[in-house]
Amino acid sequence: MTEVEFLIWVRGPGFQIATVIFVVGILLRLFEILMMGRKVNLAEPKGSEMAGGMRTIMTRSLHLAATGSSAYSQTAGYIFHIGLFVTILLFAPHILVFQEVFGVKWPSLPTTAIDAITVITIITMFAVLAHRLQNPVIRFLSTFDDYFAWFVTLLPLVTGYLAFHRIGLPAPSLLAIHILSVELLMVVFPFTKLTHAFTLFLARWYNGAISGYRGVES
Amino acid sequence: MSNENEKTLGEVLRLQGITRRGFLKFCAATTSLMALPPAMVSRVAEALENARRPSVIWLSFQECTGCTESLTRSHSPTIEGLIFNAISLDYHHTLQAASGTAAEEARKQAMQDNYGKYILVVDGSIPQANPQYSTIAGVSNLDMLEETAKGAAAIVAVGSCASFGGIPHAHPNPTGAVAVSDIIKDKPIINVSGCPPIPVVISGVLAQYLTFGSIPELDELHRPLAFYGKAIHDRCYRRPFYDKGLFAESFDDEGAKKGWCLYKLGCKGPTTYNACATTKWNEGTSFPIESGHPCLGCSQPDFWDGGGFYKALSIPTENITRNIIYASAAGIAAGVAVGVMNKAKKARANKSHQKTTIDDLKK
Amino acid sequence: MSASFEKGINTFKEQIDAPVATFFSSCVHCGMCAEACPFYTETGDPSRTPITKVEPLRRIWKQEYTLLGRLGKLFGLGKSVTDEMLTEWETLVYDSCTLCGRCSMICPVGNDITYMIRKTREGMALSGHAPEGLIGATTRAITIGSPMGVKLPALEAQIRHVEKELGYTVPVDVEGADYLQLLSSMEIMNFPEFISAIARIFQHAGVSWTISSKAFEATNSGIQIGVSEIAAELVERVVKAATELKVKYVISPECGHAYTAIRWEGPNLIGRPFDFKVVHILELLDELRSAGRLQTSGKESRRLTYHDPCQIARRGGVVQQPRNLLNEVAANFVEMPDAGAMNWCCGAGGGVSANERADELRLKAFKRKKQQLEEVQPEALVSACSNCRIQLEDGLEENEMDISVLSLTEIIAEHLLDRKQQEGQQP
Repeated sequence: MTEVEFLIWVRGPGFQIATVIFVVGILLRLFEILMMGRKVNLAEPKGSEMAGGMRTIMTRSLHLAATGSSAYSQTAGYIFHIGLFVTILLFAPHILVFQEVFGVKWPSLPTTAIDAITVITIITMFAVLAHRLQNPVIRFLSTFDDYFAWFVTLLPLVTGYLAFHRIGLPAPSLLAIHILSVELLMVVFPFTKLTHAFTLFLARWYNGAISGYRGVES
Repeated sequence: MSNENEKTLGEVLRLQGITRRGFLKFCAATTSLMALPPAMVSRVAEALENARRPSVIWLSFQECTGCTESLTRSHSPTIEGLIFNAISLDYHHTLQAASGTAAEEARKQAMQDNYGKYILVVDGSIPQANPQYSTIAGVSNLDMLEETAKGAAAIVAVGSCASFGGIPHAHPNPTGAVAVSDIIKDKPIINVSGCPPIPVVISGVLAQYLTFGSIPELDELHRPLAFYGKAIHDRCYRRPFYDKGLFAESFDDEGAKKGWCLYKLGCKGPTTYNACATTKWNEGTSFPIESGHPCLGCSQPDFWDGGGFYKALSIPTENITRNIIYASAAGIAAGVAVGVMNKAKKARANKSHQKTTIDDLKK
Repeated sequence: MSASFEKGINTFKEQIDAPVATFFSSCVHCGMCAEACPFYTETGDPSRTPITKVEPLRRIWKQEYTLLGRLGKLFGLGKSVTDEMLTEWETLVYDSCTLCGRCSMICPVGNDITYMIRKTREGMALSGHAPEGLIGATTRAITIGSPMGVKLPALEAQIRHVEKELGYTVPVDVEGADYLQLLSSMEIMNFPEFISAIARIFQHAGVSWTISSKAFEATNSGIQIGVSEIAAELVERVVKAATELKVKYVISPECGHAYTAIRWEGPNLIGRPFDFKVVHILELLDELRSAGRLQTSGKESRRLTYHDPCQIARRGGVVQQPRNLLNEVAANFVEMPDAGAMNWCCGAGGGVSANERADELRLKAFKRKKQQLEEVQPEALVSACSNCRIQLEDGLEENEMDISVLSLTEIIAEHLLDRKQQEGQQP
């Protein structure tokens, strides 16, 4: 396969395959978990489930630890998550993809900003990995899934940076590798802990609903 | 042409009225174009001054003659134009006076006289599906190339067709067009790609060869790094607009009129290596992006099949939205199926439940 | 009939619902739940990370209810639950957890880990992996009526004692009373002053109340061991008595898990709503206070702080009421750090104190409470759960800390305005 054929494949069939697997996988997971259902609560409520649930979806992001390994996890976590959102959603060539697929667009950030944020995000990803390897609790909890999810998340950042700066290989190859790395992420997404990107809203809702029923803000 | 072969390039230029100063100016420009240090200017001048006019045989295969047009389309007697008096262009379909058997004889004679030393220049692709698709004097392109390449010191594949197969190579490639490098494996080949290539790039490559007697540093596609080492995107004057996020959304819109970046209109600048953004065309007049049209990527292999001229590089080439709708339907169906299976399993577990008393707490 | 591994596995399967599946899908192994749990912070043992405690439940969810897990099981891949694993997990699910709920408040993706530990206990118990101490307590609760083996005569003796002290009767089995007061065995045996306190307060406030001789026990061992059917049987006894006595309210006393059991799990255990309301004693006292029916005089001058029992505050929603009450009777009330819904567990709830094997561990967990107390330096520590009270006393003694442990209800009772005296004083 030539360089151009590779690039055309990842922009064509590759993207189709990845999108289909991603969409099917996520929907499958959502139905798989939600159809398990929940028993009706017969106790007298002290507060509203819906209000509690919706509230916790937002306020849980504000439960900040002051010290300790939790503070490290949260700080690094916020930095790389925000970094991911910015680099994925505020970079003009990416916004074009969303526009093409969904018909919506929004303003972009200058590439110098995206570039700097990409570097910060990559560094923070390594900081997060170091923490996972060093901290006794997190290391104890970690499975192959954790390391693999980290890797497939890091890859588009690194390959994107290399593609943008045209380092190491000819530009068409770098671009193709970057797109392929995103497709890899999409394909494995529904089968790893990365599903938290979707399910955390549901989990927080359930949490807030259960507490809200009891009149407690969680 | 034969007794002029004995004169050096320097003598020829002086005969034409080129001053030493003008000549040195050319040498300086060429040296800098090749990204050589200023100290090399005198070496380049000396080499060109004393260069014996080597024999050049130019074979034109499946081509549109655009490369020749580009090279020779000079409206004033420029140094570039005259340099070609400094090479003995012994065979060229468009430029030679002779035709028919006389032309073929001239070619064969030149090959014999300069065996092992002549430069072979090729433009156009070579058809492989049926050699009869393109013949010269009854000889297929394939045979002529193989025969002529034998005694060549080096081959310069001019234009994207000779370098990569070019437009004839585009899907579905009915003639089975291939590049020179797909056929000749045992000679040094320099690919000077572009559709067409920039004139000074050709002269720069030849000047380098004449000066040093060696092939310039080439990239992985055998193109001289001096001219193809940087992407258009890296030298484009509209780059600041890209970086700021100011794009033309359609032709002739406000952004286009303001000269904003053409990425969204499909510009292939980021993945195309050439000197257009710096050297430009028509002696530095302009280049496609400056004229308001996105770069087609014409110096890259398979640029014609490269995903669409007007589709931005980051966009998928196929219709994703429709597939998302189908995938959503499939996902919901699969999800409901698994959900039903889950509920059934849980119901079975509930049914298997036996009433628990305190006697059931120990084994 | 007996416990069996198969029953346990079947129970795990029954316990999985949409929230559980969502929680397991969302966990990113960040480890933050560990730092919220005193059983981890005071031991440094990573296996006590809350999310680890529910690993058996997770494996069943994965293998039985996910596409990938089912496929894995087909090919012999994936992690299974074995009896050996459940043996190993016993001390994690029971000894190292009070169901205090802090982990559920901290988890960044919103997992209610406590909810899942409660469900995990169902499977653990039915597979025969509940602690001896808890099995004993539960057996006594069902057969005798009290996990500590307290029988009616013992209660009656305490009641007679109180009547003698007060000079009026304590209502028992009064049909048509508004409130049915439950009592925990801990109170009856160790803190009978509570009975006197509520008698005085209800007399003062004019509350129509009664105790039931058929169902006086508030503590629900079934919740602690985690067997819903046993817990349901214990709740049914209270419901039957409440219905027979035609009360409007049932009062849960100063006990944490008793409140959770009857207020939140109760109707769901028996499968129907109650035809009475459930209140915690603190909720009732605060209602009386805000209605002006509870008048106090004088204030405690000692520097006091308040320990929020987990099941009452964080898992029960009774956070402000004790503070309102304390402000009436305390001149020097100071909050400890993390006071309110995020207060730290005493270390002994949820069946831990009934489990002798966990004695050493709960005293280790207490050290987190000790840290809070060292920061606030109180002379006395007020709470509203008898189980917390015992643990706090044990812990303070073990650490040689000179702090008195008081019951909020008893303090209120001590400061009740003596109306007769007041009337006598009026000109």
